[in-house]
Amino acid sequence: MNLRRLPLTREISLAVLVYLYVPVVVLIVYSFNANRTATVWSETSLDWYRKILVNPSIRDATWNSLVLATAAGIGATLLALAAALGMKSRFRGAGLVEAVLNAPLILPEVVVAVATLMLFVGIGIDMGLTAMIPAHIAFCIPFAYLPIKARLEGMNPSLEEAAQDLYANRFVTFRRVTLPLLWPGIMAGFTLAFVTSLDDFLTSFFLSGPGSTTLPVYIFSAIRAGITPEINAISTIMLIVSVALVVTSFLLGKMRR
Amino acid sequence: MSATSPFRRAGLVGPALLVVLILVGVPLGIMAWVSLLGRGATIGVDWQSAPSFANYTKLIWEEDFDGTLLFNPTYLSILWRSVWQAAATTVICVALGLPVALWMSSLSRGARDIAVLLITIPFWTNLLVRNYAWLIILREDGAVSKAANAVWPFGPVQLLYNDAAILIGLVYSFLPFMILPIYAGFEKFDWRLLEAAYDLGANRRRALTRVIVPLAMPGIIAGSMLVFIPSLGSFVTAAILGGGKSMMMGNLIQLQFGQSRNWPFGAAISVVLLALMMLVLMGIAIWKNRQERKT
Repeated sequence: MNLRRLPLTREISLAVLVYLYVPVVVLIVYSFNANRTATVWSETSLDWYRKILVNPSIRDATWNSLVLATAAGIGATLLALAAALGMKSRFRGAGLVEAVLNAPLILPEVVVAVATLMLFVGIGIDMGLTAMIPAHIAFCIPFAYLPIKARLEGMNPSLEEAAQDLYANRFVTFRRVTLPLLWPGIMAGFTLAFVTSLDDFLTSFFLSGPGSTTLPVYIFSAIRAGITPEINAISTIMLIVSVALVVTSFLLGKMRR
Repeated sequence: MSATSPFRRAGLVGPALLVVLILVGVPLGIMAWVSLLGRGATIGVDWQSAPSFANYTKLIWEEDFDGTLLFNPTYLSILWRSVWQAAATTVICVALGLPVALWMSSLSRGARDIAVLLITIPFWTNLLVRNYAWLIILREDGAVSKAANAVWPFGPVQLLYNDAAILIGLVYSFLPFMILPIYAGFEKFDWRLLEAAYDLGANRRRALTRVIVPLAMPGIIAGSMLVFIPSLGSFVTAAILGGGKSMMMGNLIQLQFGQSRNWPFGAAISVVLLALMMLVLMGIAIWKNRQERKT
């Protein structure tokens, strides 16, 4: 008898796994349904995938999402990398600084989004990518910061010391020793920031202007208009992309130190 | 690279810190100020208006035509719904998360990693997509509704656009946040202690209440924070599965910045939401302190 197996733990766990995966499976299955109403199954078809490929508003929204996620991912990763390097040695107030950097993780997004909206309207920044990019960078910082910080903490400091003993200056040490060792953490951080921005709905919902709709904002308005297999098809693609990116980030994080 | 000089450090940490302060801190400050002002004529805020707590009293009382204050339960009911939905979500997540975490920790090494991956994958799919999936399952002409109506003898069953639908969606959105911290606590545990408990004559009930639950407590607390706070501030779930009838605070805030065009009132609700969140965080911190002093 396995002592940890209390009665029902296994049954509950299997039920939870079913609960977690049934919606995902239903979503994917219905994206291959030929029937427009999405309620009755008629036959298997790829029509909806074909339709979303030629739909210009989806194409534009995808492009906007990718531009935004790339800009936010790069911006947040650079800022987070510098911050993580600066936070390497302990100092007074380090805890407070870290709390501020990670604040976007716990603050309700709807509150931060409307507050940012008020700031931008107040100082006269037009809604659109110019408003969304800085806002996305801000809330992506902790997602890039945490993996980089973790990698940095797991690094052996004697390697950098050895480089300096061998007369490498600070820049050379950073370029030839620190950066290569840190690289998997940086890539993991970038991927997480990229996915977070790509998946974001609320901030973009409040800050997007005409012509700068992102894919999640498009999906939300489509859901409001009614259930269609088209939404299932876009959702399925987004699901695959997110999972692929997160698994990549996970593997990068696990890479040999 | 030995000790970093304060100037170097400021140069490295400064930019990220400034970005977060300017784009998160400053807006929250502006919001607190706006919550005291009057609404603008067309949109936004009347910056010239005298600050008052009118937007906060509006949450409870409504001014009648002749100026008398009448109790108005509309907004309070939404606040109350947010709090109990978040609380119910947290309780259900504990009830499901504890057995799952326990089961995961009883698996072999390789199977554990797979189980962790299986629990996390749905969580990484888009929040909109996850809630939309439940919209498909629970919709009126779907198989589940038909089955429910066939079984239920008292009139038609409506599965969507009610509090139960929101609860299902919230639990679905945040369950991994509960399972993983509890599991993390079990993973490091020396299970021979449980064996010892059994050897010393503990039955399963006692083993559960005396060994497993205390062991899971830090994970349950951490998980409750990670589930309660985002549930309280959630927008997407109620927007999709609540269908405008069952609103939560997040939806009420959005409404003020959308159709209602009453930014100062929206700002006041946001401040209340932040205050509720702070209260919960402080409560947990105090509780934790007391627990630590006990041991």
